[in-house]
Amino acid sequence: MESNKTVITIRNLVKTFPMGNREFTALNGINLSFAKGEFSGLVGPSGSGKTTLLNIIGTLDSPTEGEAIVLGDSVGELSQKKAANLRNMKIGFVFQTFNLLPVYSTFENVEFPLLLQKMSAANRKKSVMDALDWVGLTDKAKSRPAQMSGGECQRVAIARAIVKKPEIVLADEPTANLDAENSHNILKTMEKLNQSLGTTFLFATHDEKVIGYLKRIIKLVDGKVASDEIFAKK
Amino acid sequence: MITFKLAFRNLVGAGLRTWLNVFVLSLSYVVIIYMNGMLDGWNVQAKSDMMNWDTGQGQLWQKNYDPSDPFTLQDSFDPIPADFNTMIGEGKIAPVLVTMASFYPEGRIQSILLKGIPENQKVIELPTASMTADSSSIPGLVGKRMAEANKIKKGDVITIRWRDRNGTFDAADVLITAIFETNVPTVDGGQIWIPLSRLQKMMQLPGEATLFIRGKSDWPSFGKDQWIVKDLKSLTADIDQVIKAKSVSTSILYLILLLLAMLAIFDTQVLSIFRRQREIGTQIALGMTRGQVVRLFTLEGAMNGVLAALLAAVYGIPFLASQAKYGIPMPKASNSMGMAIAEKIFPVYSVGLVVVTICFVMLTALVVSYIPARRIAKMNPTEAIKGKIQ
Repeated sequence: MESNKTVITIRNLVKTFPMGNREFTALNGINLSFAKGEFSGLVGPSGSGKTTLLNIIGTLDSPTEGEAIVLGDSVGELSQKKAANLRNMKIGFVFQTFNLLPVYSTFENVEFPLLLQKMSAANRKKSVMDALDWVGLTDKAKSRPAQMSGGECQRVAIARAIVKKPEIVLADEPTANLDAENSHNILKTMEKLNQSLGTTFLFATHDEKVIGYLKRIIKLVDGKVASDEIFAKK
Repeated sequence: MITFKLAFRNLVGAGLRTWLNVFVLSLSYVVIIYMNGMLDGWNVQAKSDMMNWDTGQGQLWQKNYDPSDPFTLQDSFDPIPADFNTMIGEGKIAPVLVTMASFYPEGRIQSILLKGIPENQKVIELPTASMTADSSSIPGLVGKRMAEANKIKKGDVITIRWRDRNGTFDAADVLITAIFETNVPTVDGGQIWIPLSRLQKMMQLPGEATLFIRGKSDWPSFGKDQWIVKDLKSLTADIDQVIKAKSVSTSILYLILLLLAMLAIFDTQVLSIFRRQREIGTQIALGMTRGQVVRLFTLEGAMNGVLAALLAAVYGIPFLASQAKYGIPMPKASNSMGMAIAEKIFPVYSVGLVVVTICFVMLTALVVSYIPARRIAKMNPTEAIKGKIQ
């Protein structure tokens, strides 16, 4: 269910961080674009700039130079409020450490982005249960994160990312804390969502299991794109 | 509304952590109110004891009488106005005759004030009714401090010497019929109380007095040339001065208690919020603005304050009320500290104290929730997500 509509465009992107008295260049002249419905990944060793690029695309950070246009908005020019709104409405995040809100139940965690959207209670409930159904966790709606396994927590995080039907899901090392079986389950779930909903998935990973599912692999080395390969079918 | 809902959900979801925060905060309310209530109670009690044991509701002094100058005593008496007799008979006004005298504890000579007061008086709490003895003895009362300082016991007979109105020395034995306990030193140390009629006879001053103490009744008519009205304000001026001076130290103590409470709240809240920085980063990633996050955490702090006030009310009101009703027993040793401390202090909680304390603790909870939340929310959310903010 792919289309050619470009959802992410990155032009000459540079990102530097202060490191003591000097500057560390995390990303150096990145040029990329992603079409709607892509299932792609940024791969590379630690420190290659994968997470930094993902954070900029997710409007959590801004470029030092160049441009990152996400769903028509230039990330560097977005106000804090507009960036928050973009994240709330159109971008889903899946983190390596799940980042579930520990005092909330599964239902409440998944419901959180919808609360910010001020959706009605009835619609929220339906959307949350649909999302939990997608990840196969309807029976764990009342459980707290501490009562669930790592795989279940990550499925909750995925449900939270997709409950608002975002256009883009950004997943930073989503399988790093999972065993092989859970990793495959998670990836199959994401692949199914990608195919059914047409959601664009962008991963940052160096996990071979994830790489095996990707349809486009962008290799980053020292903040630069070393290769960009598209696989017709995996 | 969403912020309120999320704050409520966070507090309920945090379970034990919330209740620990709330409990610590509620202790601040109760301890501050309790400590200050005790100090206020001490002041109120000191003043009311002074009225109950010494000043009554007001006094009338013979024009020459000056309690700070013993040499005035030889001229400080006048006949009791005729209009006073009915009320004196009813015990509503107590005439007191005061003179200098000496007594001889353990072979020493010691100057004292000899005071005569009617046995039937009901104006002050001196146990004058216990001044009963056969006509051959003079019954007398002494305070506990006086008794302890001079090793006087109930039933002891002590010899006193005095000069009558003509300057003639005379001596007699006084039978101590009771030893009273009070925390008002002005009726205790260096004084012996005997029946007024006996002292009038001893002094050859029948029907005369140095001063009058009244209860709630107004003064009957009297000669303005001989007697000077001393109202309660002037009689309690000294203790009011002491309370005023003490109120500075009370305020400092109050401030210290508030600062300690603030530190406790600050520690709890800051620790709690910094521990939750990953949560803050996640909330921002999920679409909350920084302002929303700061409002959420500040509201949580405020709700902690409200819950703490409710919890403090649940156990604090019965506790504080019971203390106010039954009093706080003071150790015996406190009597030998040179301060007038009652056996029990009854705390007094003013509305101002309660309101100011509640407002201050809540304001503190708000501020110490707002500051760290604002700091974390201002940082790069990618750092907060990883929990890297120190």
